[in-house]
Amino acid sequence: MLQLSLTEQIVSVLSAVVLFSSFALLAQVRLVAAVHAFAWQGALVAAVTALMATVGSEPHLYFSAVLTLGLKALLIPWMLHRLIRRLALDRHVETIPYPALVILFGAGLVLFSYWVVLPIERLGFAATRNVIALTLAVVLLGLLMMVVRRQVVSQVIGFMSMENGLFLAAVAATKGMPMVVELGVAFDVLVAAVLFGVFFLQIRESIDSLDVDRLNRLTEAETE
Amino acid sequence: MDSVLSPAAWLLAGIQALLFTLAAPLLSGWVKKVKSRLQNRRGPPLLQPYQNLWKLFGKEALVAHTASPVFRAAPYIVFSSTWLAASVIPLIATKLPTAAVADVIVLVGFLALGRFFLALAGMDVGTAFGGMGSSRETLIAALAEPAMLMAIFTLTMTAHTTNLSSVVDHTLESSYSLRPSFLFALGAMLLVAVAETGRIPVDNPATHLELTMVHEAMILEYSGRHLALMEWAAQLKLMIYGVLIANVFFPWGIATELNLGSLAIGLAAITSKLAVLGIALAVSETVLAKMRLFRVPEYLNLALLLALLGIFSHVILEVGA
Repeated sequence: MLQLSLTEQIVSVLSAVVLFSSFALLAQVRLVAAVHAFAWQGALVAAVTALMATVGSEPHLYFSAVLTLGLKALLIPWMLHRLIRRLALDRHVETIPYPALVILFGAGLVLFSYWVVLPIERLGFAATRNVIALTLAVVLLGLLMMVVRRQVVSQVIGFMSMENGLFLAAVAATKGMPMVVELGVAFDVLVAAVLFGVFFLQIRESIDSLDVDRLNRLTEAETE
Repeated sequence: MDSVLSPAAWLLAGIQALLFTLAAPLLSGWVKKVKSRLQNRRGPPLLQPYQNLWKLFGKEALVAHTASPVFRAAPYIVFSSTWLAASVIPLIATKLPTAAVADVIVLVGFLALGRFFLALAGMDVGTAFGGMGSSRETLIAALAEPAMLMAIFTLTMTAHTTNLSSVVDHTLESSYSLRPSFLFALGAMLLVAVAETGRIPVDNPATHLELTMVHEAMILEYSGRHLALMEWAAQLKLMIYGVLIANVFFPWGIATELNLGSLAIGLAAITSKLAVLGIALAVSETVLAKMRLFRVPEYLNLALLLALLGIFSHVILEVGA
C-alpha cells in the first residue's frame, strides 16, 4: 500500500469514479441520461484537475479545471441536451447488441491499459502516476463506445469522453499541457460540438434517422 | 491461533451464533416497521416476526403426497446451513474460534448449499410455481455469486487473507485511508445483498403475486414448522448480509478483546449499524419499484462490473510500485 496524502487519496478515488462513469456511458441506453453521465464525468475530471493543482502547486492547472468544468460539465452537455430535444430524441432508447459482452470487453480494455502503462509507471513522475492507467482506459472505453453505438449522438459522447481521458492523462503524467495547447484543444472540442450539431441535422435530413448503420445500407442500395 | 482451544471463546462463539439467530426476526421486523412508517402506515409491531414464527411452529406441517424425503429434509438443511454460515461472521467480536476455522469461501459455500436445497425443495412437489421460483432463484444466484465473490476477493486481497475476522482486524489496524476498491466493493455488495435476500427491486418479500415472486414461489407448498424454518432462514440471510456489510466495511466498534466492556460496545455498535442499514433498506425499497425479471441480469451485471472495478482499482491504484 502506498502512503499517500489525503488529497492524493481523493484524487485516486475520484479518478476511479471517472473510470466508472465511462462504464456508465458505455452501458447507458437512454440518450438524456448518457448526456448527464457525460456531464458528471466532466465535473469529476475538473475536480481531479483542481486537486492535482493543489497537490503539485501548479496554479495554471486551476485555470484548466475551471475551463473543463465550464466546457465539458456545463456548456457541451447543455448543447447536446438542447440538440436532443430539438431532434425529439428525449425518449429514444438505443439497443446495444450484447450489453454484458460489451461491458466485459471494456473490463478487458482496463486490464490491457494497465499492462501497457506498467513500464511508464516504473519511471515514476509523481505519486499520482497510477492514475495514468485509468486515463488510458477512459480513452479506450470512449473508443469502444464509438464502435458499439449506432446512434450518432452517443458516438459523439464517446468521442468527447475520449477527450476527457486524454486531458486527464496529460494532467496526471506531465502536470498538464502548455496553456496554448490546452486552450486550443478546449476550443476545438467546443467547435466540434457545434459542428456535430450541424451534422446531426444534415444526417437526419438526408436519411431521416440518426442511426449510422443506415448510412451503410443506403450506399449499398445505390450500388446494387 | 490460541483462541481455537479456549473453551470461553467457544462459549462466546456459541452465544454469538445464538444471538445472530434470535436477532434475525427483529431486523426484518424493524425493516418492515420503518417501511410502513415511510408509507404513512402504522405497520406491524416490531416483535411480530417472532409471533409469526411461534404460531407456525405450533401448527401442523402438511406435506403433499407427491413430496419426496428431500422436501421434508430441505427446511432443516436450509436453516442449519444458513445458521452455520452466520456463525462464521464476526458479529460482536473478532478472533473467535468459529471465524478461525472457516473463511469467507466456506461462508459462500454454506449459503450456496442452502440455496441448492431451497431450489430442490421448490421443484420437489412438482407444482408449476415451485419450479418457476426455483429456476428464477438459480438464475439470480448464478449471476450474483460471482459478483459477491469478486467483491469479497477485493477485500481479501487488501488484507492478504480470506479469513473474515482477520479482514476486519486488518481494516481496524491499518491507518485510515480512502480506498476506491472498498468503495466499489461496497457498491457491489449492496447490490448483491439486495438480490440475494430477495428484496425490492429484485424480488418483493411482501407479496404473493404469482408472476413476480421468486422466494415465495419456492416455499409455497410449505406449512407449519417447515415454513417457519424457511422463513427464519430467509430472515437470517438478511441479517447475514447486513452484518457482513456493516462489519466488514465499517468495522469500527467491534470487540477485538474478549472482555465484558468491549463486548458491550460491540453489541451496541452492531445494533446501531444494523438499525441504520435497515432504515437505508426501507428507504430504498420505498423509493424503488420492482423491476422486470429480465432486467435482473443487467442489474447483477452492474454488480459484477463494480466488483471488477474494485479489484482493478486495488491492483492499479493501491498496490502500485
